[in-house]
Amino acid sequence: MKKLSSIFFILIGLFLITSIPVLAEEAAQGQSAVAVTTAAPAIPAAQDVKIRLADPSGISTGNTSDITAAKPGSPTTGEITDAIGHNKIAINLMWTLITGFLVMFMQAGFAMVETGFTRAKNVAHTMAMNLMIYPLGMIGFYVCGFAIMFGGMGALGTLGGYAGLDSEFTISLFGKTFGLIGTKGFFLNGVYDVGVFGLFLFQMVFMDTTATIPTGAMAERWKYASFVIYGLLVGSVIYPVFGNWVWGGGWLSTLGSNFGLGHGHVDFAGSSVVHMTGGVIAIVGAKILGARIGKYNADKSPNAIPGHSIPMAVIGTFILAFGWFGFNPGSTLAGTDLRISVIAVNTMLASATGAFAATLWMWWVRGNKPDPSMMCNGMLAGLVAITAPCAFVSAGGAAVIGLISGVLVIEAAFFIERKLRIDDPVGAIAVHGVNGAWGCIALGLLADGTYGDGWNGVAGTVKGLFYGGGSSQLVAEIIGVSANIIYVGIISYIIFKLIDLAIGNRVSPETEIAGLDVPEMGVPGYSGVKLDPHSETPFSR
Amino acid sequence: MKKIEAIIRPEKVDDVLAALEDAGYAGIMITEIKGHGKQKGITQQWRGSEFRISLLPKVKIEIVVKDADVAKITKTVINAAKTGNIGDGKIFIYPVDDAVRIRTDERGDVAI
Ligand SMILES: Nc1ncnc2c1ncn2[C@@H]1O[C@H](COP(=O)(O)OP(=O)(O)OP(=O)(O)O)[C@@H](O)[C@H]1O
Ligand SMILES: [Mg+2]
Repeated sequence: MKKLSSIFFILIGLFLITSIPVLAEEAAQGQSAVAVTTAAPAIPAAQDVKIRLADPSGISTGNTSDITAAKPGSPTTGEITDAIGHNKIAINLMWTLITGFLVMFMQAGFAMVETGFTRAKNVAHTMAMNLMIYPLGMIGFYVCGFAIMFGGMGALGTLGGYAGLDSEFTISLFGKTFGLIGTKGFFLNGVYDVGVFGLFLFQMVFMDTTATIPTGAMAERWKYASFVIYGLLVGSVIYPVFGNWVWGGGWLSTLGSNFGLGHGHVDFAGSSVVHMTGGVIAIVGAKILGARIGKYNADKSPNAIPGHSIPMAVIGTFILAFGWFGFNPGSTLAGTDLRISVIAVNTMLASATGAFAATLWMWWVRGNKPDPSMMCNGMLAGLVAITAPCAFVSAGGAAVIGLISGVLVIEAAFFIERKLRIDDPVGAIAVHGVNGAWGCIALGLLADGTYGDGWNGVAGTVKGLFYGGGSSQLVAEIIGVSANIIYVGIISYIIFKLIDLAIGNRVSPETEIAGLDVPEMGVPGYSGVKLDPHSETPFSR
Repeated sequence: MKKIEAIIRPEKVDDVLAALEDAGYAGIMITEIKGHGKQKGITQQWRGSEFRISLLPKVKIEIVVKDADVAKITKTVINAAKTGNIGDGKIFIYPVDDAVRIRTDERGDVAI
């Protein structure tokens, strides 16, 4: 506990030291900006404005007199085009913020899926991890994650064109430039711009999606103090470096312009950046933690450890599917990019075929009942897989991607449980890791060449192997997937090992058997409810 | 005097109580219990793995009756509790030495 509180105070101290001088400077900047713009919205003289009648139909509300003009009611061409430009950016910023709010709500979905799939004696602990990952991840992203990821991304095309995120640390190899990390925007300092703040909100909730994935795979045995340290590091270090490589102008995004590999590693909304990263952290973390007591018998065969609330998990799955309408369509960062309808439809189609395939696969091939928990995993697998290709594939492509993901998630979950013998209570590794990789590869195969002209600075649309694009886009996707496994695998291994040395990652066996709620959190999640230990503890043989 | 102890399905409790009432018997006690018979519980499935729930919820009904009524009450319980499927339950019959109605000090058959 002492260690934790000192980390917290050091953070606060850092924040104060770095931000005080800049606060003053930016306040001054703000002043001058106000001075420039006050000319425009001067209150018009009363005689210039037509008295507006009530408009119950709404047809005539919003007209020339709403355009800001020096002479109200008779705007100049310049004033009209300014208004149009301002409206376009307003639509884009509003879209980015609202879809960001939807993605934020996915935190609730994750909390419910993970808690529903785990045992009643651990609900306070699982919920507490899901609650605190949001602030912990955010603090890390605010301190340095955002700067590392986007400090060198260049001008904000859809959010007003501000070009202040202009500082990327690069190295030169084979005569080419490789961007590694951004170096501007620590504590959001020096980038006091509405577009940047919109981008921060949207990207912050994406990062927190990654951050909350491992809490499911590592549930029911992870020491809370270890989790807190992880929570600060995922948003500040683990996530943003790979994010920079793909979305911040780093080396994976320039594989196309540098080496002619398609459009570089293309990941529209984060199959690799968000989901694979979470899945790879999850598999490393779950492996290091080891299986829950009772999961494996002496002969290494697995036992089922049923989750305590399927209703909770199903509602959580729906919240996630709803939030995904923010995740994918929002990743245009532009409400004026009308591809959003294609993206939204592709997203929902893949979720349907993913859930359907998983249901049938369990029912007819792998079990004898259609298993609700695998239905949830199947729907989520479809969503994860369509996340990278959602903007680049046809409706048929999206349906096929989902269909395959639904089978893949089950086979992967069995492989992880029975062959690798890694205990993942909720299936996070199969859903996010495996299907994140599948989503990127699917893009390399199925991008249909109707979208993405000029993506990552490469002329022409994004085309996959099956649509006459050759294999170069697929190769770029495979490089991105491999880079993710290597980088995220190594950094999370180092971080978990260091935390283990410092304070230990795993709770004591007594705590685990009693349930983590009271020993770790001080309170049972279901206070006053008599739990039935017999119904939730399997027999180890 | 005998005690009839019937272990029945929880969802059959209402039927059995109604049948006993029709047969004119008021004295009864019930307890929620868990147990298993010769199948040793049931198998359920979670994420493709089967697991055994070895103790299932049942209800224990105890009725103390006159020796002459044992056959009739036992028959009543059987008729009301039977579904014909495994897990329908069991009936055990024990001898009872005596009974006392606390309010009146009455003993024996009149006390039950
Ligand atoms: N020999 C016994 N001793 C004590 N309780 C018993 C015994 N047999 C059964 N019970 C109780 O009765 C309940 C119901 O038993 P059940 O009807 O399953 O018996 P069974 O012998 O398995 O018959 P069936 O084949 O019809 O299922 C059990 O859950 C247990 O509580
Ligand atoms: Mg039986």
